[in-house]
Amino acid sequence: MSVKSTRPRSSVSGQSPQSDPPPQAREGNRNSSDLAARRSSAARRRRLNIYALRVAFAVLWIGSWELTTSLNWVDPFFFGHPSGIVVRLWTWITDGTALGPLWLQVAVTMQETVLGFLVGSVLGAAFGILLGRVALLAEILSPFIKGANSIPRVVLGGLFAIMFGLGLSGKVATATVLVFFVVFFNAFQGVREVDRNLIANARILGADNRRMTAEIIIPSSLSWILASLHISFGLAIVGAVVGELFGATAGVGQLIYNAQHTFDINGVFAGMLLLAVMALVAEGILTAIENRLIKWRPRQLSGEIPI
Amino acid sequence: MAGAAIELRNVTKRFATPKGGIYTALRDLTMEVAPGEFCAVVGPTGCGKSTTLALISGLEPPSVGEVRVEGRAVRGIPDGIGYVFQTDAVFPWKTVLENVAAGPRYHGTPGREARDRAREWITRVGLAGFEDRYPHQLSGGMRKRVGLAQSLITGPKILLMDEPFSALDVQTRTLMEDELLALWASTSASVVFVTHDLEEAIALADRVFVLTAGPGTVKGNYAVDLPRPRKVAEIRFQPRFTEIYEAIWSQLRDEVLVSYERQKHAAAV
Repeated sequence: MSVKSTRPRSSVSGQSPQSDPPPQAREGNRNSSDLAARRSSAARRRRLNIYALRVAFAVLWIGSWELTTSLNWVDPFFFGHPSGIVVRLWTWITDGTALGPLWLQVAVTMQETVLGFLVGSVLGAAFGILLGRVALLAEILSPFIKGANSIPRVVLGGLFAIMFGLGLSGKVATATVLVFFVVFFNAFQGVREVDRNLIANARILGADNRRMTAEIIIPSSLSWILASLHISFGLAIVGAVVGELFGATAGVGQLIYNAQHTFDINGVFAGMLLLAVMALVAEGILTAIENRLIKWRPRQLSGEIPI
Repeated sequence: MAGAAIELRNVTKRFATPKGGIYTALRDLTMEVAPGEFCAVVGPTGCGKSTTLALISGLEPPSVGEVRVEGRAVRGIPDGIGYVFQTDAVFPWKTVLENVAAGPRYHGTPGREARDRAREWITRVGLAGFEDRYPHQLSGGMRKRVGLAQSLITGPKILLMDEPFSALDVQTRTLMEDELLALWASTSASVVFVTHDLEEAIALADRVFVLTAGPGTVKGNYAVDLPRPRKVAEIRFQPRFTEIYEAIWSQLRDEVLVSYERQKHAAAV
């Protein structure tokens, strides 16, 4: 993602290579420092190329969309206009939406998402670790969990709308349920995958059950849990928006719903764009938290994953 | 012998295989380790060498027979056991300092005192200055030192080592073997050192147990009367070393051949 790929730029490629050569180049002869400089400039060129190609891709995609819809090759009534989407967003920002100011809609959806995400992932991680540790409990509950997991959870959105009404809690509940299972299964698997040697070592060193869980099991399964959080945040947004579609008084999902019912295709797209931006920002924050939490992992594992 | 540090008496260990069969790792194995003795256990691949350590440490109970440590029957993990594993078993999310301090902390030593003692041990294994590194930032040999410090800090009366240096390159390995001997000399621990390398076994140990091809049982045990302190790199050239090596190898060779034939058959089937 473009937000992240700016970071791996090393000191070598970031500045003039001659002023700050890497240690091995300083010790080596001219040849090796030349080599290092050439390699870093090649890396920088490659990165610039990637940026250029990304921009080209966006221009091609949005440009062809704009062109085909304005020439009426593709019906703009169904497919919207990129320029129309921008205009719609702008009027939302300046004049507010039919539901009130735009920031309020974003804030409402964000609140539902974040709450659902937090509740779902905490519960999911806690239950995953508990069932991973207590084999008997896992055996007893396994058919129920599998059964519950097979329910299309979006359907529950309708149920929650009835149970909790039009307020916040129904959406949070939908998001929670979506997040819970993903985090649960990852945490459960993570506990099961803990290296047997590490467990044996901790036992020999005298770790009791509480210490084993806190110092061995949880840190070890943390990389599994954190990996699931990336997917979960997207699911939390889905949960919040689906909840809003089933009935709400505010939120980006409600905005999309309204736009759809007034055949305002540009409004639907503008809402989707808002959700995408929200997801990207959250993804960046999550990655930062992850790198912080698992700083013991080797760089290439915890660091950049291009997509 | 009542005074033995470790006794395994007529021990058999069976495991259930995933296919529902039964695999016998050890059969009717009897061995004794005297207090303060450095024992090596050699044997062909898959003869149950590591299983003996699992039994002594209490990580696995024997199916038949009895295991006694310091005269007491083993139920669960006995006090005063140290275990250095074959693969890295240091905790990757803990720094070197936290790793070494883990044992004392688990035994109830307050955090600060545990860390002070850990710093001492880190210096003793030659890792001063690396306290705040994570294991992935260290070389294989350095991680092994962390593992050594981690188990030695608990002052084990019995130190179990499962091919601890097998993953190291030859130079690092010789270095580590010398350091192990120096560290051991400053303790009174009894050591059981499992290895498939007969040279390593003789260079380090007072006594070498040869196990048969699996299911393992003791084929013979040989006293190694080479003088201490030893230099591992040099001791190999002593004539007495060669004599002992030849005596043990003549026994071990047959077992290695049996094990090799079996593997060939298993591969052919």
